[in-house]
Amino acid sequence: MPNTDLPSSEITPEGVYFDRRKFLTAAGLIGAGLVGGATLPLSPRSAGAQQQEQQQRSLGTPYGLQPTDVATPEEDVTSYNNFYEFGTGKDDPAANAQDFKARPWTVKVEGLVAKPGNYQLEDFLKPSKVEDRIYRMRCVEAWSMVIPWRGIMLADVLKRAQPTSAAKFVEFTTLMDPARMPGQRYPVLDWPYNEGLRLDEAMNPLTLLATGVYGKDLPNQNGAPLRLVTPWKYGFKGIKSIVRIRLTATMPKTSWNLAASNEYGFYANVNPEVDHPRWSQATERRIGMFRRIPTLPFNGYAAQVASMYSGMDLRRNY
Amino acid sequence: MLTRPYFGIAKQPRGFSALLFLAALLPALLIVPAMLGDLFFGSSWLGSDPTKAGEHLLGEWTLRFLFATLAITPLRHLTGWNWLAKHRRTLGLFAFAYVCLHLLTWTLLDVQLIVSEYVGWADVWKDLTKRPYITIGMLAFVLLVPLALTSTRAAIARMGKRWRVLHRLAYVVPILGVIHYLMAVKKDIEEPLVYGAVLAAILLWRARIASQRAAVA
Repeated sequence: MPNTDLPSSEITPEGVYFDRRKFLTAAGLIGAGLVGGATLPLSPRSAGAQQQEQQQRSLGTPYGLQPTDVATPEEDVTSYNNFYEFGTGKDDPAANAQDFKARPWTVKVEGLVAKPGNYQLEDFLKPSKVEDRIYRMRCVEAWSMVIPWRGIMLADVLKRAQPTSAAKFVEFTTLMDPARMPGQRYPVLDWPYNEGLRLDEAMNPLTLLATGVYGKDLPNQNGAPLRLVTPWKYGFKGIKSIVRIRLTATMPKTSWNLAASNEYGFYANVNPEVDHPRWSQATERRIGMFRRIPTLPFNGYAAQVASMYSGMDLRRNY
Repeated sequence: MLTRPYFGIAKQPRGFSALLFLAALLPALLIVPAMLGDLFFGSSWLGSDPTKAGEHLLGEWTLRFLFATLAITPLRHLTGWNWLAKHRRTLGLFAFAYVCLHLLTWTLLDVQLIVSEYVGWADVWKDLTKRPYITIGMLAFVLLVPLALTSTRAAIARMGKRWRVLHRLAYVVPILGVIHYLMAVKKDIEEPLVYGAVLAAILLWRARIASQRAAVA
């Protein structure tokens, strides 16, 4: 089994995987090596391909990756972002978030919990095990990436807060500070950004509160210092720069749903059969690769999450 | 009578036609190789999603050439450079060339009809009929085709008055283009609104000139 406790110093030096095209070409050669951490190759591979596979493993434990999935180059992960608090263009966040200070940072846990709290980020993270996990990421705009996250399980945080029996949902809120987040000076969305999960979704072992990518602290443009990662849902569920986690009895109002409810639902589970009104969700373009690939139900995580939605009409609850 | 300041350029400067042609070609010469280079040869000019970036740039240049075509008459009026008139065709045909590149990029590189085993004609048909911004974009393209086809001197001579009527579509197409742009974006409507404002200014300017002409006549 892959080692999940590698310190960042053990991770392959950046220079090795900076040459994205070489990386991606080699990707075609790896074959099935990554599925669920399996190590048996389907065919003999070149030394180069083997090296690539090791490299990928050193980034974290793969979860739900398909045979052809390789980590999207760090350069793309950290320069192609939707983070409207720093501008609506894909390269705006990387350009405008440089001076953002993500420390000191406090996180409030409140609402229907036995143990509410207002934590310094360090204290908030300290009791939990930090893990490196490679997840697929599917944006509602029909592009996708494969991202090596670092983070803690949200379930761990919630268990410590002890939700009351009335708690049914978890609401997340981004920092509201137009002086530090210039995008909030424009009424593009109803600030601050708000997201939510059903309690069982929040408790799912896949749900992460990420603190890093590629073995390093989250860059500001990726949602420093703390963001949500739910790999079976469209990327906009992954709320960034979280300052508040609140347990509620009713479904939280979420930002994109408020902005365009016909286009963005509360659940936002990746579903190739339910089109966005303006484009098909049947296929996706993987950043760094040319050819479209089929979009998978729940983004390839059906085995881990589909049971939470049994009996639900996923066309209506998009 | 209206005053016509010639700014000392009463006649077309030598080499202007060639220069205009090259200038109009330049964006495509930069965008298309950059996009293809990024996609297939490992360059990195247009960022992480070269297909979308190139597709959007080609769309924006289409609008710019459509606008330039409409701006010639007001510009002539302002400067008295009547020799600009014949370049309307050049600019209009460049608008058509850019929209063709935009459409090709959309079809082959973005949607990947023919290219991808996962995409068929039915998918494209669904896009064209069920997604209003694509329907409107395609309508704008279709309306531009007869304008390009009847841009020759022979067609102008043959069609007479009907040519002028047909080519009033040159007002309709850029309006559809701006609507297409507005509907395509998510919440970042600032840029399409700027295009809309520029188009409105050009159209108002033309309307003013037309009413002045009517008053003189």
